[in-house]
This record gives sequence, structure tokens and C-alpha cells, in this order.
Amino acid sequence: MNTIADELTSHRFFAGLDAAHLEVLTGCARNVVIAKGASIIREGAHADAFWAVRSGRIALGVTAPGRGMLTIDTLHADDVLGWAWLFPPYRWHFDADALDEVHAVTFDAVCLRGKCAADPALGFDLAQRVAAILGDRLNAARMRLLDLYGSPQPG
Amino acid sequence: MTPVSHRVVGRRVETADVVTLQLEATDGSRLRYAAGQFNMLYAYAVGEVAISISANPLGGGPIAHTVRNVGSVSRALCGLQIGDTLGLRGPFGSDWGLDSAAGGDLVIVAGGIGLAPLRSVITQVIAERDRFGTVEIVIGTRTPEELAFKAEVESWRARSDLSVHVTVDRATPGWRGTVGVVTTVLPRVHCDPAAIALVCGPEVMMRFTALALMERGMPASRIRVSMERNMQCAIAQCGHCQLGSVFVCADGPVFTWERLEPLLAVRQL
Amino acid sequence: MAGPSGTTLALDGDGLETVIAAVRQRGYTVIAPTVRDGAVAYEPITSAAALPRGVGDEQGPARYRLRERDDDALFGFAAAPSSWKRYLYPPATTLWRARRDEHGTLLFDESAAAVPRYAFLGVRACELAAILVHDRVFAGAAHPDPTYAARRRELFIIAVHCGSPSGVCFCTSMGTGPRAREGFDLGITELLDTATPRYIVEAGSPAGLELLESLAASPATVQDLEAAQAVTDVATEHMGRHLETGGLPEMLQRNLEHPQWDDVAARCLSCGNCTMACPTCFCSDDVEAQAPDGETSARVREWASCFSHDFSYIHGGTVRETVRSRYRQWMTHKLGTWWEQFGTSGCVGCGRCIAWCPVGIDITEEAAAIRASDGRGRGSA
Ligand code: SF4
Ligand code: SF4
Ligand code: FES
Repeated sequence: MNTIADELTSHRFFAGLDAAHLEVLTGCARNVVIAKGASIIREGAHADAFWAVRSGRIALGVTAPGRGMLTIDTLHADDVLGWAWLFPPYRWHFDADALDEVHAVTFDAVCLRGKCAADPALGFDLAQRVAAILGDRLNAARMRLLDLYGSPQPG
Repeated sequence: MTPVSHRVVGRRVETADVVTLQLEATDGSRLRYAAGQFNMLYAYAVGEVAISISANPLGGGPIAHTVRNVGSVSRALCGLQIGDTLGLRGPFGSDWGLDSAAGGDLVIVAGGIGLAPLRSVITQVIAERDRFGTVEIVIGTRTPEELAFKAEVESWRARSDLSVHVTVDRATPGWRGTVGVVTTVLPRVHCDPAAIALVCGPEVMMRFTALALMERGMPASRIRVSMERNMQCAIAQCGHCQLGSVFVCADGPVFTWERLEPLLAVRQL
Repeated sequence: MAGPSGTTLALDGDGLETVIAAVRQRGYTVIAPTVRDGAVAYEPITSAAALPRGVGDEQGPARYRLRERDDDALFGFAAAPSSWKRYLYPPATTLWRARRDEHGTLLFDESAAAVPRYAFLGVRACELAAILVHDRVFAGAAHPDPTYAARRRELFIIAVHCGSPSGVCFCTSMGTGPRAREGFDLGITELLDTATPRYIVEAGSPAGLELLESLAASPATVQDLEAAQAVTDVATEHMGRHLETGGLPEMLQRNLEHPQWDDVAARCLSCGNCTMACPTCFCSDDVEAQAPDGETSARVREWASCFSHDFSYIHGGTVRETVRSRYRQWMTHKLGTWWEQFGTSGCVGCGRCIAWCPVGIDITEEAAAIRASDGRGRGSA
């Protein structure tokens, strides 16, 4: 059976991570299985963890009165859920629900922040990886703002 | 070139502004064409417009055209009913070159109404499934409601020999599928550098898609995209569709990204 | 040109009249230069009397005017404002007609216009080159244009080797003139070394030879032939403009972002005059023309210009939104991409676009300005 360290090295988010850093991170990590339909995080709640998704899909969204949850993004294997744990005030911006049974490695945020403070090199590496993901998400969101497939005015 | 009169023998409303017309020549003639080619469709007293063929070239049935109502001619075409006639000139232009892709993997990426010319390919691939390796189909649409060919896409999903990913830019309540722009799906599809990619959608979507495919290690020469330009004559004589030295109507509409990238890099070429 | 032989003839003015008569006798409508509204125009004529006797022209940027010559030359001017293209590629052509039968089914009729048999008299070398360019565009295409191909097949060309280049001419730069080398049925040089002009006429095709042999005229002498050659030799020295063509397509290609495009865009009115005047510009719109009775509707091809704003319209907007991009499209097409498309230059050096541009934009100067600072605009396509 894979150890958490093996699972993390094969995850895209941690690709190429220094072995010593990986060792430190696993100290804050554990495997979780999230039932299909379960709520994982809630808007406004304390951001005390993040998840490296190994399988299954997660819907990220907002709940509007009378409209249920409106999905704004979906996360899949090799994605990570959550970055608000890294920046004060550590509050989630969106809801996340499991669309399938989700297998993930979850990290305790307080533990992680402690390790990052103790080892700035690790902190920088992790912050860079999160920043890269934020960049990708921002680009994807900008492309959606273009409304590429929208109808031009019929002329 | 004079059009051939064609009768609408089937009509399906795909979405709020998209209609698929099945057409048969009134003189009984049959059009031979390859997936990716287009015809000029004529609505009486309104005009002509270039529309790609959306049917399986090997299917032997009526020709299909999927028309989005974006202008006066396409509006008139969308309004035609079974039994009505229209004019058809064609087929014109280059095709997806499916024969040269045989034996290898395919990555098919469609955005919006760009699925129409790719439906021609997908239905042909299904008819000759053992000629190809893995087939990944990524379909991006604005909302779940705006997905064309819904029932067919469902039947493609149900096949174990196709891998179909539908993603929407904007979910509506009840949508349980993927949300996100098509390029965010590409990192998850099986994509061998030796595969052939076929891409059709709005120009900006094709640019980003080609980049994302190249990030997956695909060479520009193996990425094929289908271009849209103003087309009137369709035979390289009216000049409207020029893009640098290229006549999109005759040299295209399907080009390799290798050919197209430097042309699209020049603004307003 | 042909050597001295029985089939190169020396004619006087009356002799030219017999040529016109012989051509007309063979069933051709003769189109030739004549003066109309203060300009030379190519119009149907029936006699040499309609030719512009003693008329010359002055052409420069945004400038065209006729002047009186001090001789009786009939071909003493350069390219006329409107080229021959309207006769082979008419400004409006019905492509086909649509109508409904009694069941409402659409039917299509190929437009079956009678094919005129034209003889062009007085085609300059640059203009002949322009016809050969259109041959590639319209007749050499995968789907030849039926109107052009039919008219072209019937065409009889009487070239006039040019002895009177204007201030906007640069056929020598483009390798098209002033002496026509191929593609004519008869080639004429007008000699002005005697009191009344003389015409040295050579055959350039079997049809031209047949016609020449039917005439009772004396063969040209060796001196006549030398004098004819001298006419175009002198003309070569009097080109009003020059265009450096070495590596021109590549030069333009690597300067697609050159600041000169902004400079010219600030002057260009995007009026499209240059494209209408140009003998090789071939762009067209297909438009719908419903008959007043509502019973039929026709598809009509009309001349169009790449300078019009919606020429490159695709749903959602226009591709070439700026004048900069439209002038660039026009010039790089004429001088550059035409080669890749048709294996020839799209410019023959007639100078019409210079004379007929209301603000005097000069294609040779624009190209030279870019070449002078080659590389200031990076372009990779
Ligand atoms: S571009 Fe100008 S000079 Fe050249 S052929 Fe056309 S009109 Fe004549
Ligand atoms: S170059 Fe001159 S003639 Fe041509 S479009 Fe511009 S202003 Fe008009
Ligand atoms: S559509 Fe006329 S040249 Fe391409």
C-alpha cells in the first residue's frame, strides 16, 4: 500500500518537491474519503485545511436563495481544493461539495502554517505552488469572462 | 457555380438559436464530401452563407448542416421547415484529413457551434472505430442548455471506446457536470504527442486550445484547426476570406496550427 | 520582336483603318481609346477617326489631365483612367437566378448572357500583363469564372508598344513593359518620325498572322524595325516612377508592424479609388438582387474593395478594423502575397493607383519608405 509520501509525489501539485520538504508535509497530512454529495467546505467558515484530490470530482460554488448551489468551477484528480488557509483571515470564499466519492489527502492548516514559519524555504516553495494555481484559475476565469461562445448581436 | 436545389427532409432544433437541417437534392443527386468541408447555403431572396457540413460523410443519408442564427441569411435558414427548398453550392475547402490520422490517437476539441463540423468527424470515427487509437472528445459550451446534439453527445458518452468531456462556462442550477473553460480540461485528457488534434470553435478559444495542447507536448504540425472568415465566392475569387497569402475558402478552412499561428500572430492581418 | 519578314508590316494612318476594318469584318467589337469627359476612355469604336489624335496626358500623384501634343499621334498618352478589366470582368455580373416552380420548389438557372467578341486596340504592355494576371485569377482557377473565361476566349488583343510613359509609370521596374512581349495577337509600334504617324505591325499569334496576311501592305524594313525598337528603348528611360522589387515580398512580410503603415493610414481616406482603378484588383461582393415582380431573385457579383470597412466582416465584427490594416492588406497583396497565390506580382506598374488616389498616395514611395528602414516593424507571418 502507498504511503502518503508516495501519493503526494505522484500528485501534480507536489511534482518535483524536495524530499525533505515532502517528509515535513506528510507530518500534517492524512488520507480521507469524502462521500458523494457531502459538503466539504462552507463559505465564511474557518479555512483550517486543504485537500489534494486523488480521485472524484468536487463542485465549487455559491448558494443563492431559492437557486441551490451554482457551480462556478469543478475540481478533479490532481487539483487542489483551498488556498484561503494560507492568507489571513483564513476564511473560505465558496462552498465545495463532493460530486462523486472523493479520495484526497487533506492537510491540517495550523500544522502547515507552523512548518512554513519554521522553514521559510518550504513556505516559499508552497506559496509558489499555490500562486501558480491561482494564476491558472485567474486565466481560466478571464477566458470565461470573454464569453467566447456568446451570441454576438444578430446582424 | 450554380447552386443545386435541396429540400429540407429533417429539421431539429438544437438550442434556442441553433437548428440542424437534413437536406436532399431535389434532382436526386448525392454530394460527396469529406468531414470538415463546407457548403454555401442559399435562402431565397436573402443570400448565401458558408456553413460546414455536420453529417457523417460515410453515412449515405441526407447531408446535415447545423446553422446558428446570427445574421439575416442564417435566420432565414433556421426558419426553413420540412419540405422547404434552399440552394446549395459545394462542397468547398480542405477537410480534417482523417485518413492521415488513421492508426493514431485523436484529441477532438469543440467550442460552441464548433461542434458541428466536428460532429462530422466524430460520427465518421464511430463508423470506422477500429481505424483509430484512443479518441478523446472535449466539448466546451456556454451553458448546459446551449450544448448542441445533446442526445448524441449522451450516446457518445455511453460508449466505452470514446472518452467524452463536456464542460460549461456557466453552470445552471442542477448541472452536475464539469464547469470551466475547455483548456482546463486538457491537462486531464489522454494526449500522446503523436496524436492528431482537431479543434474548432471561436478563434480565441482555438488559440488558447492550441497553446494548451502544445503544453501537453503536441507539435503544432499535429494540431488542426478550422478557421472562420468572410466567405462569398468560396472559390478563391472574391478576396474576402484572405488571411495573409491564404484563401481560407480554398486553402482552408482546416489548417495546421503550424501554418496558422504566424498568421494569427499579426493583428488584423 | 519579330525580325524583318513579310508579316511585319509598315502602315500609314489609312493602313491602321484597314486593320480596324479587318478586325470588325471578323465579327469583333473594337474597343479602343477615345476622349470622353476630359480623359482617355476605352470605348467601342468603328473607325480610327475616334482615336485621340494629337492628345497626350500628364499624370502625377492625384493628378491626371489631357494636353495637346505637337504631333498627330493616336497613341500619345499612357494608361487611361479606367482599365480594360471592365470588359472581361464587368463591374456587375449576374451569376445565376433563383425562381420557384408551381410547387414552390426553388430552381436555379445559370446566367446565360451572350458572349461579346471584343478586340482591344491599344493595349499597353502593362495592361496586357494585367490581363495575363487575371487569366491566372479567373481562368486558371480550380473553378474558372465562366463570364471571364468565355469573354477571354473570344478576345483579340492589339497591343501598342508604349512610347509615351507618364509621370506615374513604372512598368520597367515590374518587368512588364514598355514593349509587350507575349499574349497579343497584333503588336503595333507608332512611329512619329515622319509628318504623319506610321504603324509597324507584327503578329503575335496565328489569328494575328492570318489577319496581317490578309492585308495588302508593304513589309517593314530593317530601319523600320530599328526605329520601332528605339521607341520603347527611349520610353524605358522616361519612367516617372521606380520600384525596387528585389526581395520585395519577403521585405514586406518582415515589416508587417512597420510604423510606415501608421503613417500612410493617417493620409489614406480608405476610399477604394486605387482598387477600382487598378487593372488587377479582382475583389468582389456577391449581392442579392430580387426582381421587381418578386418572381425571381438573382445572385450578382459586384466589384468590391478591400478598403471598405465591412469587407472582412465576420459575425461579431470586422477583422481589419483599422485603415492601417486595410492599406497593409492591399499593398502587401499587390506586391507580396500575390506571388504565393498566383505565381506573379499583383502590380504591373501602370501607376493608376497613384494618379487616382485623391491624396496622392504613391505605392512606390510607400514601399521605398518601408525598405529604407527595413526591420523597424517586426512581423513574423
Ligand atoms: S497597384 Fe497601382 S501601379 Fe500596380 S497595377 Fe495596380 S493600379 Fe497599377
Ligand atoms: S490609397 Fe488613396 S485611393 Fe487607395 S483607398 Fe487610400 S486614399 Fe483611396
Ligand atoms: S470566399 Fe471568396 S476568395 Fe475565399
